[in-house]
Parts: sequence; C-alpha cells; structure tokens
Amino acid sequence: MTPNSSTSEAPTPSLVELALTFNHIALASFGGGLSAWSREIVVVQKNWMRDEEFLSAVTMCRILPGANQVNLAVFVGSKFRGIPGAVAATFGLTLVPVILVLILAWFYFQYNEVPALQGILKGAAAAAVALTISMAIKTGQKCLRGVVPVILFALIFYANGIHHWPLLGCLAVLAPIALIWGWPKEKKS
Amino acid sequence: MNAKTLIQILLLFSSLSILSIGGGNTVLPEMHHKAVSNYHWLTDKQFADIFAISQSAPGPSILIVTMLGYKAAGVLGAILATIAMMVPAGILVYIVSRVWESAKESPVRAAIEKGFAPLTVGLVLASAFVMSKAADHDWRAFLLTGICTVIFTTTKINPLFIVSIAGFIGWMGWV
Repeated sequence: MTPNSSTSEAPTPSLVELALTFNHIALASFGGGLSAWSREIVVVQKNWMRDEEFLSAVTMCRILPGANQVNLAVFVGSKFRGIPGAVAATFGLTLVPVILVLILAWFYFQYNEVPALQGILKGAAAAAVALTISMAIKTGQKCLRGVVPVILFALIFYANGIHHWPLLGCLAVLAPIALIWGWPKEKKS
Repeated sequence: MNAKTLIQILLLFSSLSILSIGGGNTVLPEMHHKAVSNYHWLTDKQFADIFAISQSAPGPSILIVTMLGYKAAGVLGAILATIAMMVPAGILVYIVSRVWESAKESPVRAAIEKGFAPLTVGLVLASAFVMSKAADHDWRAFLLTGICTVIFTTTKINPLFIVSIAGFIGWMGWV
C-alpha cells in the first residue's frame, strides 16, 4: 500500500482512441483469448490501468450478467469517459466482429456450409491459449506471493477449470475468504 | 420479417442479457430452447453450426445472437439482437463502474483488488484449460501452445505476430 504510486497512469484517452483500441483488441483475438488481449493492450501497451485494478475488473465483469468482454469494454470506457466512453469502447469492440459474423451468417444460410477457416483457427487457438497461460504466469508472479493467495488460486482453478463447478458457486465460497484476506490492515501508528 | 418477430427478438435477448450472470454462455441452453423450439427461427443443427461459427469469429463470444437475429429477421434483426443482448447488462456494469470509481479510498475496493487478484489468475488459467479442451487439442497443438507460451512469457515480440504465425501453421495443416 504505497500512497500515490497509482497516479502514474496514462492521460485520459479520447472517445476515438477508446473505440480504436477496443477494435484492435477484438481483431487481435481472432483465435480467442480476449481477456489476455485486453490485458496486453489496456495494461501493458496503453498503461490505462494497473494490473490489480484490471484483474479485479475482469472478475467483477464475470460476476455481473452480460458477455464478459463487452462488460470489460463498458467498464474501461466508462472509467475514462462515462457513458459516451462506454458506448465508444463497446462499439469499437463489436462493430467489425458483427459485420464479419453477418457475412459468415449470410454465407452459412445461403450455402449451408461452414467457411473453411478451421485450420487457421486451430493454429491461432493454440497461440491464444498460450497467451492466456502467459497472462496467468505474468499476473501470478505479482500477486501469488504467500500461502493464502496460492491456495485461493489453486482451489478456484481446480474447482472451475477441472471440475467445471459453476463460477458463482466457486466465488460464493472463495470470495469471502479472499476479501477477508485482502482487507487492508489498520495502520499501527 | 415482421414487427412481431422484432419484438420477440428484443424481449428475448434483453431478458437473456440480464439473466446471463457469469457470462453469455450461461444462457445458451435457454437461447437454444427459445430460438429452436419456441420460435422456430432455425433447426437444431443450424443452431449448433452457427454456435461454432460465432465462437471462431473474432470479438466477444456472444455474437451468436447476431446470427440468430439475422436468421429470424434479417440485418435489422441482427442489429436489434446484438444491441438487446448488450444494453441491459451494460447499464448494470456502468453503474458498478461508477460506484467503483467513487470508492477509490474505500477498504472494500482495496480488499477486492487484493483479494480477487489470485482468484482471477486461477480463473484465467482455468479458461485457458477449458479453451484447449474445447479446441480439441492433440499433442501437436499442445506443443505449439507450449512454445508460444514460452515466447509470450519471456520475450517482447508482438503477440499478434506469433498468433498469425500459429494461424499459418494451422492453415498448412501442421497442427
């Protein structure tokens, strides 16, 4: 808890920059891994958020209803520019993908077959999984220090990833423990 | 295409938007039930096919609703379905983000930022695990994933460059 260490964030982006950035994120993620791409660009390249803030936003956006990635765009957009920012980021994230999906839908319902992109996507998906793993490694190096965080990390990975227990059930059990552990200690003066 | 279909689209997807706690894919069964069995917009097989297509397209995974809207009521239906699926949940996220910004000094925010970080890392790794299973990885794909992970973790090479090369490798049929 070092005071004033969080003020080194980049200047407030414009609406156009928000839209272009989220468009960039959407297009880069053609093999998947949208969360990892969001961190790569929002935290690493643009320096718009610190890792701690980004990670907590990711999980809040997962708990709330709605598509996680749309939620994250709304969250980041409104952080900087309120409602117009949320709209710009969401618009940037979805416009080109919606057009692409419409073309694919037209093609599919016209010819009744799936366009042959499977090979490319299989390779890109392997890399997208890698980007997601490396996001876990990079962020984990910072926050998995100590016994409690490592146990929290391992339990939720096991429960949600391996056992496919529902996200909300996992969080109902583990989030209270995480919050008690994360609660700021009273400063002893 | 008629007004009734558009109203059905609007009501269905805006209610699914609010119900989709934990992510868009949690309401897929309900979406399937309504679109196929109730409204007869498309067949069972078509639903499965467009789900696969929507997952492979870039951008948010929820864009299956764009394709459903398109099948039900053309381009207008597609746009309406997409907006209906995003706005109600988006309003809720907006409210939360406002509260979040105004709570900069609050111990609750500090506890969430610190406490949720290890949980998020676990969930991110879990999603990587689920993604590799969904993509039906064999040993060659796992090898490619392993090599890419090392590159992403230890170098500063632009990830897009690596993903493109991996896409090319897939296109050549090597994974």
